[in-house]
Amino acid sequence: METYISLAHGDGGELSHRLIRDIFVSAFGDKNAVMFDAAAITMATHKIAVTTDSFVIKPIFFPGGSIGKLAVAGTVNDLAVSGAKPAYLTCGFVIEEGFPISNLKKIVTDMANEAKKSGVTIVAGDTKVVERGSADGVYINTTGIGVYQPEIGCSLEFAEGDAVIVSGTIGDHGIAVLTARGELGITAPVNSDCASLNNMLEAILKDTSGIKIMRDPTRGGLATTLVEIAEDFQLTINIQETAIPVKAEVHGVCDLLGYDPLYLANEGKAIIIVSAKEKDKVVEILRKFPEGKDAAIIGSISSKEKGRLLLETPLGAKRLLTRLSGTMFPRIC
Amino acid sequence: MCVGVPAKVIKKEEYSALVDVLGSQTTVGIIFVPEVEIGDYVIVHAGQAMSIVEEEYARQSVEEWKKLVNARNPETV
Amino acid sequence: MSMLEILKQSSNPEICKPLVDAVIQKAVEFRQKFGRKPAFMEVCGSHTMALARTGVKQSLKDYVQLISGPGCPVCVTDQRSIDAMIALAEGDNRIICTFGDMMRVPGSNRTLLDSKIAGKDIRVLYSPVDAVKVAKDNPDKEVIFLGVGFETTIPILTLMVGEAEKLRLDNFSIWMTTKLVEPVLRYLLEAGEVQLDGFLLPGHVSIVLGEDAYQYLVTEYNISGVITGFEPAELLSGIYKLIDLAINGQASILNNHPAVVRKAGNQVIHQWLEKYLTECDEAWRGMGVIPRSGLDLKPEYDKYNAKKRFTVEVGEPKKTKCRCGEVIRGLISPNECPLFGKACHPMNPIGPCMVSAEGSCAAYYQYMRESF
Ligand code: SF4
Ligand code: SF4
Repeated sequence: METYISLAHGDGGELSHRLIRDIFVSAFGDKNAVMFDAAAITMATHKIAVTTDSFVIKPIFFPGGSIGKLAVAGTVNDLAVSGAKPAYLTCGFVIEEGFPISNLKKIVTDMANEAKKSGVTIVAGDTKVVERGSADGVYINTTGIGVYQPEIGCSLEFAEGDAVIVSGTIGDHGIAVLTARGELGITAPVNSDCASLNNMLEAILKDTSGIKIMRDPTRGGLATTLVEIAEDFQLTINIQETAIPVKAEVHGVCDLLGYDPLYLANEGKAIIIVSAKEKDKVVEILRKFPEGKDAAIIGSISSKEKGRLLLETPLGAKRLLTRLSGTMFPRIC
Repeated sequence: MCVGVPAKVIKKEEYSALVDVLGSQTTVGIIFVPEVEIGDYVIVHAGQAMSIVEEEYARQSVEEWKKLVNARNPETV
Repeated sequence: MSMLEILKQSSNPEICKPLVDAVIQKAVEFRQKFGRKPAFMEVCGSHTMALARTGVKQSLKDYVQLISGPGCPVCVTDQRSIDAMIALAEGDNRIICTFGDMMRVPGSNRTLLDSKIAGKDIRVLYSPVDAVKVAKDNPDKEVIFLGVGFETTIPILTLMVGEAEKLRLDNFSIWMTTKLVEPVLRYLLEAGEVQLDGFLLPGHVSIVLGEDAYQYLVTEYNISGVITGFEPAELLSGIYKLIDLAINGQASILNNHPAVVRKAGNQVIHQWLEKYLTECDEAWRGMGVIPRSGLDLKPEYDKYNAKKRFTVEVGEPKKTKCRCGEVIRGLISPNECPLFGKACHPMNPIGPCMVSAEGSCAAYYQYMRESF
């Protein structure tokens, strides 16, 4: 097999055929589905959830993951936090001419592994090759289909005193990717948290009651996602700075660069709002999963008016948190 | 950046040093603190070590805070 | 206690929370004596940010008036200089290197970020000395560093020149627009527009300057200053000492950051400054030209002086209703600007104070807009 992707791999001829057969079908398995123009799938007919996301990331491989793992986990998580059970995925690749086929193989293997872990089947795919310089390596789009299960889900019925839980340390993905780029000359022993959360989230949905909402705080970080919840549902949410789990190394990099962990991206974390009664049980279940071992209660809903997010500092003072405004840049001082 | 994080020197070269900040590492210039030694904590600004933290004074400051705290009269607040 | 544990005490809630009480008690004592709140100015952008981020400012707001002064190097830069730096980036065959803070500062026509999006080669560096490396790697391009900063940052600019000399680079230069603390403090005190009981002096500028460099405050203006770090316990104890001095009516300079600030400052840095730089007049936002308030490269280093190598044409700066000039002089608080939070917010900053991480308006917007 060739070493690099060429434009011919995308022209629909023999090379395209071989690329699909040798890389995609061999990794994703489901031969029948991939061979036709459209995949025929069967599912228990109930309400379904559909989501789509495109993945562009530099570097393509980073500590703790790759664009492939991310493309599966990201879409699986979007389904899982909405309370659906992820079932099927499709994927579209845009590949730059000259991209090493060995890297493509690694990416596809990562996708297959992550799909297996989360129990989803990749049923259809598409590849386009663009001229050198028209894309940066590889971009992936995935679309996910999930099934809502009767009787379980998020109620969206909030009450004062509901607890806010985060499923683990924040900012790991942001720092792992930032330092992996190597431009800042900083090394941090931090892996991206990139992971599918569907099994863990399904467990809390099944074994507890009173879950109000779940979200994954990806771009914009914990603060941005919580601000969105607060505004969408007109809630005053209070969180305590000292309760938020952050790895020391992540703190270190943030201090060096003037970044705030509250605004760093996560790819394997969930925010869960749950009734006060069930909060400890939820944390207990989360902690049984490796992805949830650092889960913590970080705050609560203090009132059902004025959509806003308040952070209590270690001094006990409160301050308002807003959305991330624009990209963060390293500061002068 | 100026909000000086304690960076610990773990390797020293002629003009630069590898420092550890809570487990993450980076290289900083040490031209302004030639006397720095491995194990010292330095204040880093924009990639340069600007000052060495003197342990004795750091300790004294902590003692001073504790005194202030104890001297206050809990009744009035 | 290990060194790391000692250093961590500065943000230990068990120390900091009661310290808040101690400061409040002192402030009440002041009020009983003088019938008003004590008022202090912080003259460091990172102090502004740290006071708000940690909640010190919020916790003390009913007892101590903390006024943000001209502390952020980006905010105090005159609009014409900002426009000039942005115009500089328009030239062909150039790479502009800068601190991140400059990217979103509004120029009269555009920001550096706009120019970058339009395709100009503008790079944000974490470690400015890397700009010299950029120049080495791109011998056919002119590499210009935007040299904005106070005493803490200026020495790093001289290092860059030293490095460029060593590598015999012909394509590296710095656009110097630096600012010094002493002349602006004198300006504020001479103008006498704000009533102050003392200054919270910047811990890191003081690393360079040293404790002794502030004696003029006492001898010439009879006002106190306390050199203070950036962690909650450091800030609180610094404010405590300022109130204490004010109650006793004795002006004096105290070093509340002795672990890193020495009496005479950092002598190695002084040598670097003396070798390369000379005093120059600088234009400040809202204050006009203050004589000898900045440092420029000595004439023998013209080769590395971007202002000598390039000419940029800028017109009269666009007039806006932005009141940054008054904000940085401590005359108004950000929420007194009619644009604050309405037309002007971090996503659409009208003035520099809303954009830089240390800007007073940005700090106020992020941390102080409401009290709870
Ligand atoms: S450079 Fe340092 S001392 Fe100067 S304003 Fe910034 S934080 Fe303060
Ligand atoms: S709020 Fe905006 S317009 Fe008003 S002074 Fe601050 S930066 Fe300028």
